Amino acid sequence: MIRNPYRTQKIAFFFLLLATLLIVIPVGLIVVIIIQKGLPAINWQFLVDMPRQGMRAGGIFPAIIGTIYLVTGAIIFALPIGLLAAIYLSEYSKDNLLTRLIKLAIVNLAGVPSVVYGLFGLALFVVFFKFGASILSGSLTLGIMILPVIITTSREALESVPYSFREVSLSLGASKWQTIRHIVLPNAIPGILTGTILGLGRAAGETAPILFTVAAFYLPQLPNSIFDQAMALPYHLYVISTQVPNVDEKIRYGTAFVLLALVLFMNLVAIIIRYRFRKKKKW
Amino acid sequence: MRKTKEYCIEKLILLCGLASVFFVVLIFFFLLKEGLAVFKIINPFNFLLGKSWYPISEPPQLGILPLIFGSLLVTIGAAIISIPIGVGCAIYIAEIAPLKIKETLKAGIELLAAIPSVVLGFIGMVTLVPLVKTIFHLPTGLTALSGAIMLAFMAMPTIVSIAEDALYSVPKTYKEGALALGATHWQTIWRVMLPAASSGILAAVMLGIGRVIGETMAVMMITGNAAVIPNSILVPVRTLTATIAAEMGEAVVGSEHYFALFAIGIVLFVISFAINITADLFLHKRQ
Repeated sequence: MIRNPYRTQKIAFFFLLLATLLIVIPVGLIVVIIIQKGLPAINWQFLVDMPRQGMRAGGIFPAIIGTIYLVTGAIIFALPIGLLAAIYLSEYSKDNLLTRLIKLAIVNLAGVPSVVYGLFGLALFVVFFKFGASILSGSLTLGIMILPVIITTSREALESVPYSFREVSLSLGASKWQTIRHIVLPNAIPGILTGTILGLGRAAGETAPILFTVAAFYLPQLPNSIFDQAMALPYHLYVISTQVPNVDEKIRYGTAFVLLALVLFMNLVAIIIRYRFRKKKKW
Repeated sequence: MRKTKEYCIEKLILLCGLASVFFVVLIFFFLLKEGLAVFKIINPFNFLLGKSWYPISEPPQLGILPLIFGSLLVTIGAAIISIPIGVGCAIYIAEIAPLKIKETLKAGIELLAAIPSVVLGFIGMVTLVPLVKTIFHLPTGLTALSGAIMLAFMAMPTIVSIAEDALYSVPKTYKEGALALGATHWQTIWRVMLPAASSGILAAVMLGIGRVIGETMAVMMITGNAAVIPNSILVPVRTLTATIAAEMGEAVVGSEHYFALFAIGIVLFVISFAINITADLFLHKRQ
């Protein structure tokens, strides 16, 4: 039998399509299942009530608030450092060994397993600095974890500003920092914002780094200061789905839905900003 | 005055530029600081190759071989599933899909990457675990296989997006040359595009595997957490990551157990470091 290349192509393309469907269909199913079973559990009470009866009833308010505190803290820490690091890489660094080292460090920081961040946060913030298990320790740990996301996206945004913009500014007598501050940064803001929101979404969804640095198992009250422990959505979902028996399925799906909705909403906002920016771009 | 201000700002920027290097070193330092203490009571050889992990028995038995096997088993399983599917999907998106479908598919992959691992673990618990249990008639569906399938999903966004980039950056002239010589589209992909993108695809696979080894929550929720050396893929296992996550909460700060968990952290850090450096070398080779 002579091998017909067109038939081989047909068979190959079929398998490639199959591979794609094997990824995309389960993703769709996951989202559909969570919306279908989680949405009916959502009502105002569920969102603003304290958990009751050992988390078997009531709402998830403290977990939502805890997650908001944590991601806010993480971004307050990570955004300035990340942005300045991105400015260094895009505007100041030369093509030398130091730059190579920094880039390698960023790649590695992005690859460190999330549970190792948890260990690090425990050793440095909780034990060494004696912050205890607190919002402060958790925020700082999450902040270091999302640093690579913020640096990488901000750097891309800064580098996409055309070089001619800088040349014009410099030729008009502006200093290097003035050029960055008044010309480069304003033009890169949408990109930086995208990176920041993606970082927020990542921080909101992570569980392992907060396990030993902040997360409280069951704490039906709101934190008073950044030195308090707090509940958090991802850890709460873990607890009610594996650690506490006989939790109503509705509460589990409801919590999963709120967490997923929060993270996907942030990603959606990031995508929209990126899209609108691309359309408006004049160069 | 302005010059001084500018000078300060530039130094601050340089300092922040070095922050990531500083943090990598700091992480490694603190892991070593807390983890190396375990080697006062057990030598590294027995730690890595010891067959029993009973950290709270008296005296504690701190052999992590069962955990290493657990991690290896789910990682190999996940790799076998995710590499062909992930690379296949990357080829489809980069080469075959029409423009409009392409954007939708990419969004779908991004969506998968964004789903928190604890949500995937939860979904795995309520769908995949019962399924594995019924199909194989097992006493429990919390097995290495369930973990491998779930982890394969978590590796796919990494594999697909980096492999797609690699295919995309193959010079157009290669493809045009092959097509002009009369090769079919598939022959072009198979004989020209894939070899040209091979180092990028290899990097994609490595980073995907790195993601799998480091994954914690989902794997802890669906692999059953039994710290014994597995004899099949259909039994519960416990990974390195899950051990840290599950036990650190109970370990007393400064105890042997605490030190041992940090030593596992060192092992994980070194593995991820090696994977990331090698993958980075492959990516740079391409350029």
